[in-house]
Amino acid sequence: MSTQVKVKNRLSSTVQSLKPSGIRRFFDLAASMEGVISLGVGEPDFVTPWRMREASISSLERGHTAYTSNAGMLPLRVEIQKYLEERFSVSYHPETEILVTVGASEAIDIALRAILDPGDEVLVVEPCYVSYEPVIRLAGGVPVFLKTTMENQFKLTPQELETHITARTKAIIFCYPNNPTGGTMTAEEWKTLLPIIEKHDLMVISDEIYAELTYGRMHDSIAALPGMKDRTILISGFSKAFAMTGWRLGYVCASPDLLAGMLKIHQYTMLCAPTMAQMAALEALRHGRSDMERMIESYRQRRNYVVDGFRHIGLTCHEPDGAFYAFPSVVSTGLSSSEFAEKLLMEEKVAVVPGDVFGESGKGHIRCSYATSMEQLKKALERMERLMGRLS
Amino acid sequence: MDRLKQRELLHLLEEDSRMSAEQIGKMIGEPTEIVEQTIAALEAEKVIVKYPALVNWERVDDHPYVNAMIDVKVTPKRDVGFDEVAERICRFPEVKAVYLMSGASYDLSIILEGKTMKEVATFVSQKLSTLDSVVSTATHFILKRYKHDGIELEDRDEDHRMVVTP
Repeated sequence: MSTQVKVKNRLSSTVQSLKPSGIRRFFDLAASMEGVISLGVGEPDFVTPWRMREASISSLERGHTAYTSNAGMLPLRVEIQKYLEERFSVSYHPETEILVTVGASEAIDIALRAILDPGDEVLVVEPCYVSYEPVIRLAGGVPVFLKTTMENQFKLTPQELETHITARTKAIIFCYPNNPTGGTMTAEEWKTLLPIIEKHDLMVISDEIYAELTYGRMHDSIAALPGMKDRTILISGFSKAFAMTGWRLGYVCASPDLLAGMLKIHQYTMLCAPTMAQMAALEALRHGRSDMERMIESYRQRRNYVVDGFRHIGLTCHEPDGAFYAFPSVVSTGLSSSEFAEKLLMEEKVAVVPGDVFGESGKGHIRCSYATSMEQLKKALERMERLMGRLS
Repeated sequence: MDRLKQRELLHLLEEDSRMSAEQIGKMIGEPTEIVEQTIAALEAEKVIVKYPALVNWERVDDHPYVNAMIDVKVTPKRDVGFDEVAERICRFPEVKAVYLMSGASYDLSIILEGKTMKEVATFVSQKLSTLDSVVSTATHFILKRYKHDGIELEDRDEDHRMVVTP
């Protein structure tokens, strides 16, 4: 007679308490259908430019298959330093302040694990990337959500920040340009928050994975503002700007003491990022600028097209300044975001992501990625217009 | 329209010349009328020369189709150099392109299109080689086109992404 193992007891209470990703649920539904036009994809529709693929293949041919140093190849860290300084005016020392990670996701994880003690609160700017909450909980922290609204272009305000700070607040995490809203923050807007951040001695985890994808102006990094570098952990990677999602390559920049802490976790868990991906990233930074610019121009054109299209069919939509998502409101239809997304999928075969999977502030919205071909965007808008016609 | 936007417009038309002025206008953030006026001006200035479709004839059944590249050595003439003979060659309808080359053992490179290899051979032996200035020719037949005008004709990358991702 076999004894039945009680699986529930084998998982930690933290893991048991994590909710499954709302995106995943919607993915399963969409994946089971044929002929779906997808605006649900959170990754570039471009294949990694050939020069990066070629650099990686060439490195394999030359036998570069061994571990690199824990923090990543030094030439790559040097290129990252030059790139950040040139593009965003932030300066980090390649040997002591930059760590190459397995995607920006790992960087977020090790940053939180390095700084949190059990019960520490982390302010999370909503709507947000779906991983922040679970990763904070896995690190023993308590997420506290800060709301942003469409009326405010999804920018964080000083009032909202100050209201939620307690004696246990350790840090704030956000992603600007934002997934899922496409909202951005200017240097002037950051400056209104700095006195509060300094007064309460908060650490800042700035996820800047979409930094290159801004339209009409350059990205302003909070780390570049006076006095902020030491309290900021800057996270970025190659996935979005260089269309390298599957390579899993990111980096984290912080002052030497913080970086040493993160390096400990990284070396005991990941050891180092994949060598062939690092070779591709090196090529991307040295020679991939024109490929990146070509892709950004294309995203901007498509953004203009879809935002205009949403407004035309009767969905209120703020003009996103960055990333490749539009986040229109579906409140006028009388449906919740999940109901709307499900109806759109089942009746018109267009996949979007319900805004509420990105947190309370996302309620009443849908996330539409315009990282797809113009032909698909055009068809998707036609289908959405048909649904809107039936709903009115 | 400023020069940067004009350049963007040209890239968009080069990518897909069937795109409407309205759609282009939305994409680059300009009113439809301005886009129409700019396109008309670019056509008048011969910046936009033609709106061709890029056809992969190899995929069209029952359409005999041969491409050849011909290296031509010519004797340049006083005052007109290579221009006179080049212009003359240009006038043959089966000639698709004529280039004056540097660094090669020949002077003109010609791209020719014919229905059969025999038709190409007849053109070379009876029309091209008999021109006064032509000293010699070397004909290379194109066996397969992999990339043309910046477009890969076979096995284009498909969208392998999942339907919904973070």
